[in-house]
Amino acid sequence: MRHIRNFSIIAHIDHGKSTLADRLIQSSGLVSDRDFHNQLLDNMDLEQERGITIKSQTIALPYTGPDKQKYVLNLIDTPGHVDFSYEVSRALASCEGVLLLVDAAQGVEAQTLANLYAAMEHDLTIIPVINKIDLPAADIERVKEEIDAELGLDSDKALLCSAKDGIGIEEVFEAVIERLPPPIGDLAAPLQALIFDANYDQFRGTVVSCRVFNGSLRAGDTIRFMSNQATYRVEEVGVFRLKLEKRQVLSAGEVGYIIAGIKTVADTRVGDTITLDDNPAAKVVGDFKEPKSMVFSSVYPIAADDYPGLVDALEKYKLNDAALNYQKDSSAALGQGFRCGFLGLLHLEIVQERMEREHNQAIIMTAPSVQYKFILKDGSELTIENPQYYPDPMAIETAFEPYVRINIIIPERYMGAVMKLCTDRRGSNSRFNYPSPKRIEINFDMPLAEIIYDFYDRLKSITQGYGSFDYEYMDHRPGDLVKIEMMVNHEKVDALSFISHRDNSRPRALQYCERLKEEIPRQMFKIIIQGSIGGSVIARSTINPFRKDVTAKCYGGDISRKRKLLEKQKKGKDRMKMVGNVQIPQKAFVAILKSEKD
Amino acid sequence: MIDSWLEALCRELDLYREQFPRFETVYLGGGTPSLLSDQQLGSLMEYVRRSISILDGAECTIEVNPDDVSREKAGLLRDLGFNRLSIGVQSFNDRLLSLLQRRHTALQACEAVAHAATAGFDSISLDLMFGLPGQDWEAELAQAVAFQPGHLSCYQLTIKPGTPFHALQQSGEFEIASEETLVQLFMLTDSILDDAGYAHYEVSNFARGIEYEARHNSRYWQHLPYLGLGPSAHSFDGRTRWWNTASLPEYCQSLAKGSPVVGRETLTPEQLRLERLMLGMRTQRGIAREDVSADVSVLERLERAGLVVVHDARVVPTARGMLFADRLPLVLE
Repeated sequence: MRHIRNFSIIAHIDHGKSTLADRLIQSSGLVSDRDFHNQLLDNMDLEQERGITIKSQTIALPYTGPDKQKYVLNLIDTPGHVDFSYEVSRALASCEGVLLLVDAAQGVEAQTLANLYAAMEHDLTIIPVINKIDLPAADIERVKEEIDAELGLDSDKALLCSAKDGIGIEEVFEAVIERLPPPIGDLAAPLQALIFDANYDQFRGTVVSCRVFNGSLRAGDTIRFMSNQATYRVEEVGVFRLKLEKRQVLSAGEVGYIIAGIKTVADTRVGDTITLDDNPAAKVVGDFKEPKSMVFSSVYPIAADDYPGLVDALEKYKLNDAALNYQKDSSAALGQGFRCGFLGLLHLEIVQERMEREHNQAIIMTAPSVQYKFILKDGSELTIENPQYYPDPMAIETAFEPYVRINIIIPERYMGAVMKLCTDRRGSNSRFNYPSPKRIEINFDMPLAEIIYDFYDRLKSITQGYGSFDYEYMDHRPGDLVKIEMMVNHEKVDALSFISHRDNSRPRALQYCERLKEEIPRQMFKIIIQGSIGGSVIARSTINPFRKDVTAKCYGGDISRKRKLLEKQKKGKDRMKMVGNVQIPQKAFVAILKSEKD
Repeated sequence: MIDSWLEALCRELDLYREQFPRFETVYLGGGTPSLLSDQQLGSLMEYVRRSISILDGAECTIEVNPDDVSREKAGLLRDLGFNRLSIGVQSFNDRLLSLLQRRHTALQACEAVAHAATAGFDSISLDLMFGLPGQDWEAELAQAVAFQPGHLSCYQLTIKPGTPFHALQQSGEFEIASEETLVQLFMLTDSILDDAGYAHYEVSNFARGIEYEARHNSRYWQHLPYLGLGPSAHSFDGRTRWWNTASLPEYCQSLAKGSPVVGRETLTPEQLRLERLMLGMRTQRGIAREDVSADVSVLERLERAGLVVVHDARVVPTARGMLFADRLPLVLE
């Protein structure tokens, strides 16, 4: 155990986390320069494009210290978005320390601070690292002052590096070995291993990533998941190198993987504790939380006859995403589909994109909703996640909507704007904290529905990216709710309807009408979009038809080219959904979420 | 260069002697006629006539610029067997002609039409352009009609990126006509020419009687076979389409040893149907009802909107429908 270090890199976005991880991997000699694939850890296309980590990847770096001793440094990657904050906390719980990366030009930023708090919550040793010191705009002295004043860390101990140019990398390795404590654990105690990630491998089944705290396990052992008492026989254990590397045993202090005939990722729970069936541990590691679906949306195939394809793709997708829940659903406008529950909006968008890219499914997702509860006049209770099933308003005694406690950390100067945003979004019960000079932490109770509508985008925009944001479910509270029906050319489109607080219904319906106007392409006929409550129209927009679509010349040499263009347009048309006589593109269905224009 | 091009052209014709032995129409166009000397033109036509059979009563068209057409030249073209002359007038306004970077003047355009008429061509066609900045289109159209040509091509100005015209437009030199204006001009053209006895038989083409319709171009629109010779030329045998390299040097070199064909596609029945829809929606002939797979309600809606007429098992675009020629195939398909 003395020769193991478990750590994460945490940073504000763009401060160079992936670059530093790459450089550490490269310098450890695990991979030849020639094979080196930039940003190795973020290996999904989607992640590279968005520049964020969705599925975390862990890697064990071999390193020979200045003391000539051989060390194993487990670099545990953490996802970087608010939807995945529980996953982040489990990854951090598996570490003894973190490298807190600060950009030498940008200095300390909102997420730096939020990350610092997360690390402090887990009592981790923190090594500040100032990155990008070679930038012309680098101001190391100022950043050091900020580290002292705003983070309350000793800036004299901050490392200086440029991950991009490989400067200071050796010092980072040395600090990890010297300053981070080795893991502590009892080899003789009953097994306690914390699951911090799970991935599906089409040949091996579910590969569980875990940190062993006490005891040890080996192939042939029967393990038990402490959350649901499910047992499995271990087929293989090992560690993360560039590929999985088999080992005889995983022992206290180590980070590695378990393959145990677990069919799907959904059979595992991040945060769960694994123990041995015949010698179980008395208690779990940390606190375990079931992933909770916060946002719901229905998924339909664009072509109705593609339903079997969607079933297949969802099943495959689900193998690798335990947080996604789904069940059968149907819509008058869109046919057979599924109602899905997501951790948050980003999670929803990721599922949408991956279904398209990796499973080649052209899908439509309906306007996201939260879970509402009703007490009806006859005393019965009703829970819905789909506006389609909104009860008759006359029958409702009380409607309830989910509330979350939001936590925002911002530089003081944005306080006014953020307060306004929060109160506009029906935030209440505000509380303030001053975690450090010039920083303010704001808490509000807020309806979850207000957050799924572009709240995070707005927050980022008004704080110029300095706002860090997190939320946690509290309870359901009474609310004056209405269902808004959307109509396209006077035809009700159930998949576009949504539930809103009465006070916001009109502006939101107007905004949706305008959004749909932007997303639905001009067609040969006028299109009227309307939003209505109980039959009375409260918002409207019109899409004027295009007046012509013809090229002046078409002779012998133009025909093939024109036909190819037509074939392309035909494909595009296949990706739209006919509602009545109007073609509605996929993205129109979630258009309501897009940030309003400033 | 021109000699080697002519040489290559003759070689290319040789390649197709057996596949395309007889022709009902011949069309010499694409700007090259102006580059040929009378003698070159003469020997080209002589070779063509020796190599292939041009049927009696065939339509033989040559495309010319107004500044090419003298009284003598017009006579010579008649003597070479051309019976249809397509003149690239573009505009009867000197300011617009210079904006379009044309070499000729409005006066030269008028003279060319007069020379052509006296030389005894069966049919004369004038190419005109509308939607030009500050253009009095009605006056220009009246001027064209006054010559009583058998055929008129009226093209809406199309600005392609990369052309000098596009650069001028980008620099704000002039304002391009709005979509609404172009629609009005298109419908105005249809009605003025209808009054003058011209049938609007294709999006941009008008004929004073069926005998004046461009038989050659109609073959493209009716999906009939055609043989194209020269760089970039496309050919079609009813199922397969192929095309030549666009580069003149490559074209000449390739014919010294083989074929200049650089692309070929054999159309699936579905692609053939799509092309029929696409081409048919540009012409007064329309398309066969059986080629339409869209619901009856869609046809009825288009009919109510005045975009198509359905009769005799054919779906025919109206003038307003032709404005959607590129869109209707997607709707009907």
